Amino acid sequence: MEGILHALFAPGFGHSEPVRTAVLAGAVVALVSGAVGVITVLRGQSFAGHALSALGTLGGSAAFLVGITPLWGFVTSGFIVAGAMELVGTQRRSGRDVATGLVLSTALGLSALFLYFETIVNSTTGVTITILFGSLFALNGITLPAMILLGIVCLVLLALLYRPLLLSSVSSELAAARGIPVRTLGVAFLMLLALSAALSSVTVGTILSSALLIGPAATALRLTKRPAVAMVLAGVIGMVSTWVGIVLAYDSYRWPPAGKGWPVSFCVVAVLFTVYLLTGLGSRLRTARVRQRRAGAPVTGQPLPTVRQG
Amino acid sequence: MIGDEMRRGDVLALEGVSVWRGGRQILDEVGFSLAPGEFTGLIGSNGAGKTTILRVVMGLLAPAEGTVLVNGRPLARRNRSVGYVPQKVLIDPDAPLRASDLVALGLDGEKVGPRTPSRQRRQRVEEMLDAVDATAFADARVGNLSGGELQRVLIAHALISRPQLLLMDEPLANLDIRSGQEIVDLLARIAEQQRIAVLLSAHDMNPLLPVMDRVVYVAGGRVAVGTTDDVVRTEVLSKLYGHQVNVLRVDGRVLVVSGSHVSLDAIPRQSGAPAADASVEGR
Repeated sequence: MEGILHALFAPGFGHSEPVRTAVLAGAVVALVSGAVGVITVLRGQSFAGHALSALGTLGGSAAFLVGITPLWGFVTSGFIVAGAMELVGTQRRSGRDVATGLVLSTALGLSALFLYFETIVNSTTGVTITILFGSLFALNGITLPAMILLGIVCLVLLALLYRPLLLSSVSSELAAARGIPVRTLGVAFLMLLALSAALSSVTVGTILSSALLIGPAATALRLTKRPAVAMVLAGVIGMVSTWVGIVLAYDSYRWPPAGKGWPVSFCVVAVLFTVYLLTGLGSRLRTARVRQRRAGAPVTGQPLPTVRQG
Repeated sequence: MIGDEMRRGDVLALEGVSVWRGGRQILDEVGFSLAPGEFTGLIGSNGAGKTTILRVVMGLLAPAEGTVLVNGRPLARRNRSVGYVPQKVLIDPDAPLRASDLVALGLDGEKVGPRTPSRQRRQRVEEMLDAVDATAFADARVGNLSGGELQRVLIAHALISRPQLLLMDEPLANLDIRSGQEIVDLLARIAEQQRIAVLLSAHDMNPLLPVMDRVVYVAGGRVAVGTTDDVVRTEVLSKLYGHQVNVLRVDGRVLVVSGSHVSLDAIPRQSGAPAADASVEGR
């Protein structure tokens, strides 16, 4: 028994302070990302989530240059980008591909410059890794309480806005007809998305933060059709995946090549993707069975023939 | 405006409603009224002003001039006595939202905060799904429904809060003939049984002819109102359009043909050759 435990958890796992912090922070971030992710998919705003985290790189690297915690850099840049997106109206990916692509790559270029300055001028090593791949094992004492607070704010907002968000995701006209201020609600959700992207950027980095947003959500909506259940499920899937990723990363100090450990963000995302693939196998078997049952049902959707007479 | 008197007990009454947008007049002194249980077609081609009229009735657009009364009272935003079915729904096939969830949102979708489970609400959702023959796909994802199924679910969503007026924006636009006919029959049944006034916009009035009590014919931001026989006539529509149009009745179908140079005799007999300068509004 002890042998198995030792094989699973490398010695010292339970006593390590960074590990305990990582487990707590990872759980908060995963719960928020999962729940926000489901609404993001429902609203068809996955791309906005991706753009927010990519542009978070700019905020995070700028924060390093100025000398503040990356978290606040992520949050600030997220709010600015969310506001800009609302003004330009690019939440739904449509006809603005060129402009969006240009803005994203310019922002990343600028981030590269900031990271370069930080590394060269201030000789801070590892800053690029921290921003791009996260710093789950190196969270300082100021960041953790702030993260928990922001996480709670996100979850409370989400619970409050749950029904209007669902309704406006079906049709903004329908929501507007019921007196929901659709535009304000849209901005509020983008801000929520920005907060959640900032949180996950701290743990798994800006490159992989959209994986934590969309991965658990994508898995959850293969498993359930109920929106509330999907939100909770996505949070739990994200949380467990993060924990398994943390264990793997801790264990990886015993692994090749260097005996220095693998990045925890890679381990988390690898677990998420594996879970997604496994549920995919399950749901594929299920849909095959449903299709067999439905075969023979009439197909609707024939367009009306257009009559032109003169 | 070609007239319509305001009647007592009307669910909806518009009077002299004008709307401008970007310096262009979209609606010109539109006036009509709907009585309980009445099925009214809002007929006109694209861009005639149908959607603008619906938006005014929903309170999403304040008219520059004129009054809108719902149950005799000025229109307030978020009016529970008006149900609305949009033309388009934006939702991913994978999105976790069941048909029954969408119907339940019709009860309390605008409310803030989590909802406490209630047997009474679940029962009302089931009854509503049953009333529109949607029980079979109550558990299906909204994004996976066919056009006709989605219309039924949206109708249930609109009706569950027991409105007195149901607005439908081009519900037949994306349906095949059979599903369209089923939806029209369902609406006619609901209007009659539950005494709900139905205002349904369409560019083709033909599928509605058997059930339509009255027609609000829109052209160029103006309306002509009355029974189909009163309104859909060459003289009335010519006056409304401001130029010569001809109303043809063929095999129980109505065709509105415009073209000042084309008289009925000039229409070529051979099939498939459209007359010069003629366009068909009905199908």
